[in-house]
Amino acid sequence: MEKRWWYLLLAIPLVATLIPPIYARTQPELFGFPFFYWYQLLWVLLASGITWLVFNRTREMRDE
Amino acid sequence: MNNTAAIICLVLVAAVIALGFWAARWGNVKIHSLEEWALGGRRFGTLIYWFLLGGDAYTAYTFIALPALAYGAGAFAFYAVPYATVTYPLAYLFASRLWIIGKRRGYLTTADFVRERFDSRALELAIAVTGLLALIPYIALQLIGMQAVLQALGFAVLSSELFLVISFALLAAFTFTSGLRAPALIAVVKDVLIYATVITAVVYIPSQLGGWHHIFDAAQTALKAKPKPGAIVIAPAQYFAYATLVFGSALALFNYPHLITSMLSAKSVDVVRRNMALLPAYTLLLGLLALLGFCALAAGINVGKQPNLAVPLLFAKFFPPWFAGIAFAAIIIGALVPAAIMAIGAANLFASNIFRSFSVRLQGEAALPAFNAKVLALVVLAAALFMAINVQPAFAINFQQLGGAWMVQTVPAGSIGLFTRWFRAPALLAGWIVGMGTAAYMGYTNGYSGTYVLHLGSFVLAGYVGFYALVANLAVSTAGTLLAPLWSAAPERDLTAAADYA
Repeated sequence: MEKRWWYLLLAIPLVATLIPPIYARTQPELFGFPFFYWYQLLWVLLASGITWLVFNRTREMRDE
Repeated sequence: MNNTAAIICLVLVAAVIALGFWAARWGNVKIHSLEEWALGGRRFGTLIYWFLLGGDAYTAYTFIALPALAYGAGAFAFYAVPYATVTYPLAYLFASRLWIIGKRRGYLTTADFVRERFDSRALELAIAVTGLLALIPYIALQLIGMQAVLQALGFAVLSSELFLVISFALLAAFTFTSGLRAPALIAVVKDVLIYATVITAVVYIPSQLGGWHHIFDAAQTALKAKPKPGAIVIAPAQYFAYATLVFGSALALFNYPHLITSMLSAKSVDVVRRNMALLPAYTLLLGLLALLGFCALAAGINVGKQPNLAVPLLFAKFFPPWFAGIAFAAIIIGALVPAAIMAIGAANLFASNIFRSFSVRLQGEAALPAFNAKVLALVVLAAALFMAINVQPAFAINFQQLGGAWMVQTVPAGSIGLFTRWFRAPALLAGWIVGMGTAAYMGYTNGYSGTYVLHLGSFVLAGYVGFYALVANLAVSTAGTLLAPLWSAAPERDLTAAADYA
């Protein structure tokens, strides 16, 4: 049953990107990119990392 | 015509077409069954799967249209980035489940799953028809993407049509002989070229334009000056439309028949899961590509009445001819890969779901004739080619927009159905009808822009058509399921077993 808790992590990228008021602004900038852009691009990487983490953790449980 | 670029482009495209024919021999296994043809025998490992799905999901039309949208409207075009951020975690859960049961029970399409889960041929047909309606304009749009490139290369209209007909005829031929293996192999070449092109572009072009800060500033100025002003950040009035477009599209993406086809070709469920963490790399690429639309604005590229030319003209202006040729080849090949898979996906729908619904029960249903599916793939490609050449591009674009909203209507039966059998088939069917009708109505009254402005009294809310239609769909499905005991106490069948999903 512990596996289910890991799957909840997958909701995080959804919450982070489905609420535009959080990120619809230009400041602060990073490398010349307005916040709106680098925030959304960053979440691509973070979501990927979270998905990999979930895969890794739940896989160990399956092998046991 | 820019000769160097054109020659390099044509050579690369020809090489890749040859690869498509060779793919029939790849892996030293003869293509002897429908599963072998349509799904590569369900034997693709993590790496080739990554190339295949990347090549499938990120199409020539995407590469052309997204920057064009950024060029024309601004920040809204960036929806493609959170779209992927949302879709992959969802697909991690849904697609892997469909793979498991698909493998166990031999499914080729979502409609196959729906037929067994809900024991309903009507629902199966509904899902299959939706997929088909969504695919045909999508294939036609790949051609339109190719045309934008050919135009930038300097082809006259007639010769570009000839090029399209020839390349599609060859595409149809190698799809016929090699099945899914052809686009899988070609996707490797395509993706390498695309990564090389976009990475080079986003490093080199901004350096020629004074850096990203300046590009965003220049884009903002240009966008505000348009007849329909845009901006580099979305406005509060657009928040809900943006979020619902992202969410609705993300739910529906992996239900598209061509993505189901690619998805089911994995050799294990872990290949699927791993890729949900690896495929986002393409999204980074896509985000940067969208920003090239801003670069086009900053560079003063004039597209006249054709925003689709934004990226091709940008490449033509800044890249040396030989590299422009490579970039253009990448985009053209980027049309061939998904077009082939879409044709296979559509053929699967016809063979597995649509014809079977109308034909007499065949002996030994497990042995679906592969030949029928192959011929159907040719027919589908011919139909799309016909549409692309003879019909206004605006028609194909609107049709595809509507098709996207329609695909969202397959989510209750095809996606939610993977996790629960609670809904009753007639209720789902009614919900589907309502969803399809709502999407069509909203599209028709809103010029197929994808956004519908909902008026609730004095409250105004602009949202994604597909999302609104899904809400209506689910409302009817839920109400129908709750009320069903009133006229039918009989439980419905489910041909799948709980153990099939593990």
